[in-house]
Amino acid sequence: MLTHPAGPPVISAQQLSKHYGDFRAVDDISFEVPAGESFGLLGPNGAGKSTTMRMIGGVSQRTSGRLTIMGLDPEDHGPEVRAHLGVVPQQDNLDEELKVRDNLIVYGRYFGLPMSYLRPKADELLEFAQLTDKAGAKVDALSGGMKRRLTIARSLINEPRILLLDEPTTGLDPQARHILWDRLFRLKESGVTLILTTHYMDEAEQLCDRLVVVDKGRIMAEGSPAQLIRDHSTREVLELRFGSERNTMVAGELEGIGERLEPLPDRVLIYAQDGEAALEEVTSRGLKPITSLVRRSSLEDVFLRLTGRSLVE
Amino acid sequence: MSAELTAQDYALEGSKRPLAALYSRNAKAVIARGLLATRSSNWLIMVSGFFEPVLYLLSMGVGLGALVGTVEGPDGAPISYAAYIAPALLAVSAMNGAVYDSTWNVFFKMNFAKLYQGMLYTSLGPLDVAIGEIFLALLRGALYATGFTAVMALMGLVTSPVALLVIPASVVIAFGFASFGMGITSFMKTFQQMEWVNFVMLPMFLFSATFYPLSVYPQGIQWFIQALPLWHGVELLRQISVASFTSATLLHLGYFLVMIVVGMLLTTLRLRKLFLR
Repeated sequence: MLTHPAGPPVISAQQLSKHYGDFRAVDDISFEVPAGESFGLLGPNGAGKSTTMRMIGGVSQRTSGRLTIMGLDPEDHGPEVRAHLGVVPQQDNLDEELKVRDNLIVYGRYFGLPMSYLRPKADELLEFAQLTDKAGAKVDALSGGMKRRLTIARSLINEPRILLLDEPTTGLDPQARHILWDRLFRLKESGVTLILTTHYMDEAEQLCDRLVVVDKGRIMAEGSPAQLIRDHSTREVLELRFGSERNTMVAGELEGIGERLEPLPDRVLIYAQDGEAALEEVTSRGLKPITSLVRRSSLEDVFLRLTGRSLVE
Repeated sequence: MSAELTAQDYALEGSKRPLAALYSRNAKAVIARGLLATRSSNWLIMVSGFFEPVLYLLSMGVGLGALVGTVEGPDGAPISYAAYIAPALLAVSAMNGAVYDSTWNVFFKMNFAKLYQGMLYTSLGPLDVAIGEIFLALLRGALYATGFTAVMALMGLVTSPVALLVIPASVVIAFGFASFGMGITSFMKTFQQMEWVNFVMLPMFLFSATFYPLSVYPQGIQWFIQALPLWHGVELLRQISVASFTSATLLHLGYFLVMIVVGMLLTTLRLRKLFLR
């Protein structure tokens, strides 16, 4: 878990909403992010995370509410706000007509940065993204992971104070993810504020000081990962498998064990402060699960509890 | 990375400059990007755009011209059919290039290549992007016009140095179409709607006194054609090509100046709709 000194809010959203016709992509959300914090937006697909990111960047107009970034409204001062923003969009939007190194340099020129700064900076970032030997390659010759790394390197060309990362590690292999986490951690240490959306709960637990769980455009819960687990789950979870036919049948006989019971098609989950004690209780009732597992509650349990298990598209 | 950030680094001072939300005075970065992209991958498309009016000139001017013989020029003197249609083809090519760049090209880069999404997440405002793209379209138009005028000269169709003014004049025509086209693109949401652009352009190309004089039409249709921009472009370049200027020359030029002003105004007003949806 990361720790940080809480500063004044650099992002402040109040009753922020974005409607597309009747559809409420973002529905009356409020949050503040202090300087130097690593803040996560968690939620299923279509929850409104990316729309929120786009409004922070001033590239999507809100329907109502107030939003200030570093004290300015991004709709009135887009170019000035974005001068200090780094953005990693969900889908890579690299310039396919330019070579790898030119992608960094040209992007830097969009910020009005001089070539004397950009040339060494581009080389430094190629090193950072481990793409030095691809400097002269065409973008479409890169693998998916390389493109992602280049997009991330590109977002750092202006040494941003706030970095917006929309599912930064989707499509990366575990090695690349860990390298990226390490780099993000170092940026955070130097005082950069990170705003991140992710599907990966381990990523959120690793990187976020604080997060909000959003669903259908609304904030469902807010807090540090540990706090969310405390508030919305138990300390431990007991997972029992009785075979796919019997799981739901057995559920009735498990009533009263632990704090909450969740029968799933493939297993039964018992949320309890003490998983081993719960397991003893199960066996003392004469029930014999095929397998049993006691584990710590994770952010994933919180996430599924708050946003439901059904598939959202 | 840079030295550590402190809370003070996070307080920004807002600019009071007009259009600060839309414009960061950095259209040159968009232009530089366009030139670099052209150099590394687009040059083939550039070359093909040059040949289109040249092929028309050869087939219609030389081929069809052999049947037609001479026709009455803008100043009443007889000129070859090739000399008659060459300035018209130049006007059409200025229109086509500018409209393509400001409609299809913008629509594609916006919705499919996602190029503008990347740009607009930087300090660039939508007006920087619009100005940069229009400038690139005009630069390309100027290159084509220069090439086409060189072909005209080779065919002996440029008879006075004044005729070289068709090059800047065709840039003015292109500017009118490009500024308007970008404004119109902001209303487009699908490819089907984009097809309407072609639906308007083709008849305008065929019927704007491009290949024969306006006098063949009944009065009502003449008025209609005279209200459309391409006819003014055709007449303007045709007058310049034989250095025959009348008060109508100013009218044609004025038509495009108004079109540029209205088009840029429309584009600026629609920038948020175009780029920040």
